[in-house]
Amino acid sequence: MDKLSSIGQLEWFRSRILFRKEKGIIEVHVCMTGCRAYGAAGVLEALNQEVKSQGLSKQVEIRSTGCHGFCAKAPVIAIEPMGIQYQEVEPDDAGDIVMKTLKENRMIDRLAYHAPKTFQPVFYRNQIPFYAKQERRVLANCGRIDPTNIEHYIAAGGYRALIKALSNMGPEQVIDEVQAAKLRGRGGAGFPTGLKWKFASQSEGRPKYVVCNADEGDPGAFMDRAILEGDPHAVVEGMLLGAYAMGSEYGFIYVREEYPIAIDHLNIAIAQAEELGLLGENILGTGFNFNLSLRLGAGAFVCGEETALMASIEGRRGMPRARPPFPAQAGIDGKPTNINNVETWANVPLIVNNGAGWYGEVGTENSKGTKIFSLAGKVNNTGLVEVPIGTTVKDVIFNIGGGIPKGRQFKAVQMGGPAGGCVPAQFLNLSIDYDTVQSIGAIMGSGGMVVLDENNCMVEIARFFLSFTQSESCGKCAPCRLGTTQLLEILTRITRGEGRMEDIDTIRELGQTLTEASLCGLGQACPKPALSTLRYFINEYEDHIKEHRCAGAVCDSMVISACQHACPAGIDVPNYVAAIADGEYEKSVEIIRERNPFPAVCGRICIHPCEYKCRRGELDQAVAIRALKRMASDWYFKNIGPQRNPFPVNKKEKIAIVGAGPAGLTCAYFLVKMGYKTTVYEAQSVAGGMLGIAVPEFRLPRPVIEEEIQYIKIVVLKSCTTHRLMPNTHSTTYSTRDTVPFLLPPVPRPASTSVYPAKTKTSQEFTTALIF
Amino acid sequence: MHPPEIELNELDGIIERHKNGKWELIPLLQDVQATYGYIPPESITPIAEALNLYPSQVQGVVTFYSGFSLKPKGKYVCRVCRGTACHVKGSRSILRLMKRELELEEGETSPDYRFTLETVACLGACFLAPTMMINRDYFGKLSPTKLSSVLGEYRQKGNNKNG
Ligand SMILES: Cc1cc2nc3c(=O)[nH]c(=O)nc-3n(C[C@H](O)[C@H](O)[C@H](O)COP(=O)(O)O)c2cc1C
Ligand code: SF4
Ligand code: SF4
Ligand code: FES
Ligand code: FES
Repeated sequence: MDKLSSIGQLEWFRSRILFRKEKGIIEVHVCMTGCRAYGAAGVLEALNQEVKSQGLSKQVEIRSTGCHGFCAKAPVIAIEPMGIQYQEVEPDDAGDIVMKTLKENRMIDRLAYHAPKTFQPVFYRNQIPFYAKQERRVLANCGRIDPTNIEHYIAAGGYRALIKALSNMGPEQVIDEVQAAKLRGRGGAGFPTGLKWKFASQSEGRPKYVVCNADEGDPGAFMDRAILEGDPHAVVEGMLLGAYAMGSEYGFIYVREEYPIAIDHLNIAIAQAEELGLLGENILGTGFNFNLSLRLGAGAFVCGEETALMASIEGRRGMPRARPPFPAQAGIDGKPTNINNVETWANVPLIVNNGAGWYGEVGTENSKGTKIFSLAGKVNNTGLVEVPIGTTVKDVIFNIGGGIPKGRQFKAVQMGGPAGGCVPAQFLNLSIDYDTVQSIGAIMGSGGMVVLDENNCMVEIARFFLSFTQSESCGKCAPCRLGTTQLLEILTRITRGEGRMEDIDTIRELGQTLTEASLCGLGQACPKPALSTLRYFINEYEDHIKEHRCAGAVCDSMVISACQHACPAGIDVPNYVAAIADGEYEKSVEIIRERNPFPAVCGRICIHPCEYKCRRGELDQAVAIRALKRMASDWYFKNIGPQRNPFPVNKKEKIAIVGAGPAGLTCAYFLVKMGYKTTVYEAQSVAGGMLGIAVPEFRLPRPVIEEEIQYIKIVVLKSCTTHRLMPNTHSTTYSTRDTVPFLLPPVPRPASTSVYPAKTKTSQEFTTALIF
Repeated sequence: MHPPEIELNELDGIIERHKNGKWELIPLLQDVQATYGYIPPESITPIAEALNLYPSQVQGVVTFYSGFSLKPKGKYVCRVCRGTACHVKGSRSILRLMKRELELEEGETSPDYRFTLETVACLGACFLAPTMMINRDYFGKLSPTKLSSVLGEYRQKGNNKNG
């Protein structure tokens, strides 16, 4: 291909692509970027083969594209122009897709998205709730075009903004437009982009540099990766426009080496643009020169900071330096330099093409346009979300994100990564824009949103971020170097159960010092995760310090195992499960009885908090702890039965227990086990209390209760008698001089209810179930 | 066992490609790292000479960036993601399992130079957390079962001489 030597030629080139494009072709868009981590390559190959073998090569185009957004259900494919979206596709599905959907226009149920409550299949993308509240502007091409083919970008209207600027707009006009659009930097700080460009353009000195910050350091964010992989030319075009506006002739894209696909796609994009004459000397015959090259990061988070990034481009250690001078005055090589984030650059062609007026139709007063968020963590629809700035947290996490998996409670969403903070549940209606999020101690940041649920420990999350910043601190300035180490030490101490209450104040003071005295943003912002969790989750800190309790069951040193920590009876779950795994069912039941004499009952009706906290459950499925307990105890009663030698009594004190419910019997069981003589009084004719009265037979068959109670009676037999106790008996009946009474009066009471018919007002005409 | 023998004469070619450009130290080192899997300490002096730098300057850059290693790595470099999204989805357990399976601690290489175990801050595939990367391939939604099947594949590849 010859270089395009004029603007007219680019337009001609575009019409030729569009003209040559055959009509009526069905396109299958296979996400070949992020979804590659989950087998997309196999799907692509299988689809290609099927199409060939079923003789459809002429009618169907299988296209590798970027991300569709709905990454949770990788691998994702879309079929256009019908707008069908299939998910969790496997290579074996290729046959059906080609045969049924492509040939016969029939939908495939198992590959469709299914609505959460109705389980109805949804075949068309625009009907999936995940997309309903989104406004995909920057991501419009992502998942539609082949990012390794510049013709696709051009066919989709690409480089039109460049044409517009080169032919109709002076450099100042471009800057004015960006300024009027109120575009703010998407890399985290939110500085007005137009203003920054103005500084750089007014600055003397040649050459000038423009830089794309593609270091995407926030661990848990992947917006930039998706743009670079799915629509690299949008960034290239944005940089061309910026270079034109600021009068720059060299550009760098500084991209993390952990993103090999992004690097490949950028290299291809740059080579193709050069080949067409869209990069290089005398672009489109207008006399505008711009050379763009790639620099790869080498694994240092601090290099995302702009002065460190420039040092790294110059081949030095990536250490930040004091500002001023700002990059606009003295950047790379001491020359004026303008650095913007990937997403910022990708917004520019939209603004130039459609004008600031259109751009500002969405967004808030001070933050216009859309923002891409990467949703990750404990949320159903993890993926890429583009919404107008000002959308609420609730919309993003619940309406788009589909809420929290496994029926767990939403606890907070972490925004802004190691420089940000958490947004707790009480702020679900918060509008997400730069200023509002900042006002509650977090930041909008680059757009990473990591959702946390009840199983996450906020102290541990703060510690996690601090260990990150501590290891990434470049060590240049003392406050950050020493402060991060100190903070980490304190937080570690607290998570170990060795914290002191004074530590909380120390964290606050140290945090303040770090914010004020550190040289760069890394040190200045690193206390934020700790400060913001202190602000909203102080009780978790106190629990760790005072009670050595970790509600999330995460902190290793106070949690022997998450399941045991969660079990109200504190059963040694790992050991009894291990015993079952070894086939030693009797031993397993013994271990359970160490803490709870009702294995068969709890194996059926316990609400098993242990399983909610089971760490395996974070990865795939929780271990079926309760069912295992049931299985072992059923085996026990079938093969061994309730028979066993009674516990010996060797203490002289006597104990009276009132109430032979589960608590009373458990109490008797353990007291007799300890050697005390015990008498149990009960008003009902049978022992078991609520177990037999309140739990329906189908959940807990009577024989199971009887067997279990019989076992208890046997082991405590000689030393424990049961007495029928009449209601309202005076306490002296069972309290004699040498007897210690334990009173366990009926706990469950009928709940009062407001459903009585309006006129009666009293409950007298009703008999509640418990009393009955 | 010894690390695989390396052909230092490839180094000359790499140096040649970079020595006339501007700010080429890091790209050069990245090429060396990609070619050998590490920065052979004996390459530092020739690199410094070619770029008109002091060896200490080169050494300083090498040690600053965690992407460079002065020690040889295994044929398969496993990088377990320890980013936020993976962390909240249980990557601690994945790392623990990897350590047990490979019998390696973080940063270590197996004596036969087959596997190296590392951690990484984020792979940008957080939607499939927990994730890891082996050389240039990503793996997502890791579970203990998935992990052993992936490792099994690589172990076999390693046994296969051509693999
Ligand atoms: C420690 C640190 C790390 C940063 N990492 C990134 C990054 O990975 N990507 C990014 O775009 N900006 C990052 N920034 C922000 C940049 O310094 C800079 O503000 C941004 O690239 C400017 O672009 P924008 O105005 O388009 O947002 C980081 C800042 C600090 C202090
Ligand atoms: S604040 Fe931290 S990362 Fe920034 S320059 Fe100082 S030591 Fe380095
Ligand atoms: S099922 Fe209930 S009693 Fe059993 S270990 Fe789990 S929480 Fe404890
Ligand atoms: S849909 Fe494939 S990575 Fe998002
Ligand atoms: S946090 Fe693991 S891939 Fe991003």
